[in-house]
Amino acid sequence: MSELTRSGRVVRALGARSIRQTFRRPQLLAPIVVFPTLLLAIQTGGAGASIELPGFPPVQSFLQFMLAGSMMQSMMLAGNSGGIAFAVDIEMGFTDRLFAAPIPRFAIVLGRLAGTAALGLFASLWFLAIGLIFGAHIEGGVPGALLAILLVTASALAVGGIGAAIALRTGSASVVQGLFPLVLVVLFLSSAFFPQELMIEPAKTIAEYNPLSFIVEGVREPIISGIDATHTLEAVAAILGIVVLGLVLSSRALRHRLRVG
Amino acid sequence: MEAAAITATAKTQAPPPAWRANLATIAALTARAKNELVRVPGAAIPGVLAPTIFFLGLNGVFGALTQLQGFETGSYESFIVPVSMLQGAGFTGAAAGVNLARDYEGGWVDRLLVSPAPRWVLLAGNVLAASARSLIPATFVLGIAFAIGAEWPGLDGLVICYLMVAATAAAAACWGSMLALHFKSQSAAPLMQAGTMALILFTPAYAPLALLQPWLEKVANVNPLTQVLEAARQGFVGSVTWADTWPGIVALAGLLALLGSLALREMRRTNV
Repeated sequence: MSELTRSGRVVRALGARSIRQTFRRPQLLAPIVVFPTLLLAIQTGGAGASIELPGFPPVQSFLQFMLAGSMMQSMMLAGNSGGIAFAVDIEMGFTDRLFAAPIPRFAIVLGRLAGTAALGLFASLWFLAIGLIFGAHIEGGVPGALLAILLVTASALAVGGIGAAIALRTGSASVVQGLFPLVLVVLFLSSAFFPQELMIEPAKTIAEYNPLSFIVEGVREPIISGIDATHTLEAVAAILGIVVLGLVLSSRALRHRLRVG
Repeated sequence: MEAAAITATAKTQAPPPAWRANLATIAALTARAKNELVRVPGAAIPGVLAPTIFFLGLNGVFGALTQLQGFETGSYESFIVPVSMLQGAGFTGAAAGVNLARDYEGGWVDRLLVSPAPRWVLLAGNVLAASARSLIPATFVLGIAFAIGAEWPGLDGLVICYLMVAATAAAAACWGSMLALHFKSQSAAPLMQAGTMALILFTPAYAPLALLQPWLEKVANVNPLTQVLEAARQGFVGSVTWADTWPGIVALAGLLALLGSLALREMRRTNV
């Protein structure tokens, strides 16, 4: 068996384990599904009239506009939950046993990230299904929906890299859990929930430069108007930036973890 | 002579009346919760941080909603601050449930249950502590709201708002305690938090009733927390009236009676 095939099997096994772990523990699944769905319902019902505001982009409904934001929220929280579960594995000594096994170290991190990416895929399918059930149109049709799914899944992988890096560095589930409010801050300071032009300063200016805004717009565009090359490329660039950051941080943290044991 | 001395000693050593012992137990349990706050100040941070982030985030994101026709104030921070204060109360109440579940897992609740203290006294200690703790996030959020321009609600409006916050935290603590005693595990924490969050946000939290989507308007109309929110908000968006106050008091009394009885029922069913 080649080295690559063996690593692929390890990644698949660890990825499947992390997905099963999430679905078995309600405290890991609730932030990914329950909270974003609750907030989607509340924000759609509470701020639905905002589409009448001058300057609001033309949309079929506020639900259609909000779908991308909810996917982003779920994806970010999936990254955070993945980091928490990884830190729990470190605390319990499971990762140490993996380090001692004859498998490449990067496969351990990739396995966790594969699981987080699968949760991102689940989140995008979940919210697209909710949107369709409650009457939202996907203007970009099937290709648009596939693009949105692909971008959310890739974003989950990217954000999961940062979660995994923090878990490896600190080895503490409570520290990773403490990042939950930060996830909310990053979300609120992006165009996830409202058009950036209509936000209040200083949130408006911060949202303009927040990489998450580029990803959100890339996911939203195929839903509210159709596939747009500029928005898609900006989203891909933002995701790549986060992937690179996650890789650098993860490799440093992995070296640190191997050194300290 | 000896018999008289024994009688006198017995009189001086007679147990205190039940009501006094109950009050002392409640005070001790409340003090325990206060000690936890003093010894682990970091534990209070999430309860303070979450409503603050929601307040600043919602204000920055949805502030333009005041431009909609039918919005009762031009200051979104004034409109949204009571929501965040109640949200802080909800989080604090839910945290009381999580703490109770942790105490159960650690065996502390078992020791309380074998004590001669009545069950309602044990519950009251936990609930009153949550009620007092809820004033911390409420005051923090309110301070930030004033700093960024929220309007002064008047002394009467402020007092009513704080009363609503404290009573909401008590109701949320009953809800959290009920779930903690039912599931006997901290794993039920998301259910405690999601329940209080839903109850507080399925109200005219983001916009006045008339501007809500029809389905949410119907939900908000039957949600008792709508009356509580309207009572807490009245001073921030207008004048304080008895007509806006009493429905909030009645709604909270009903919630406390219902959730308190359910929590007590769970406590009575909990065997050592």
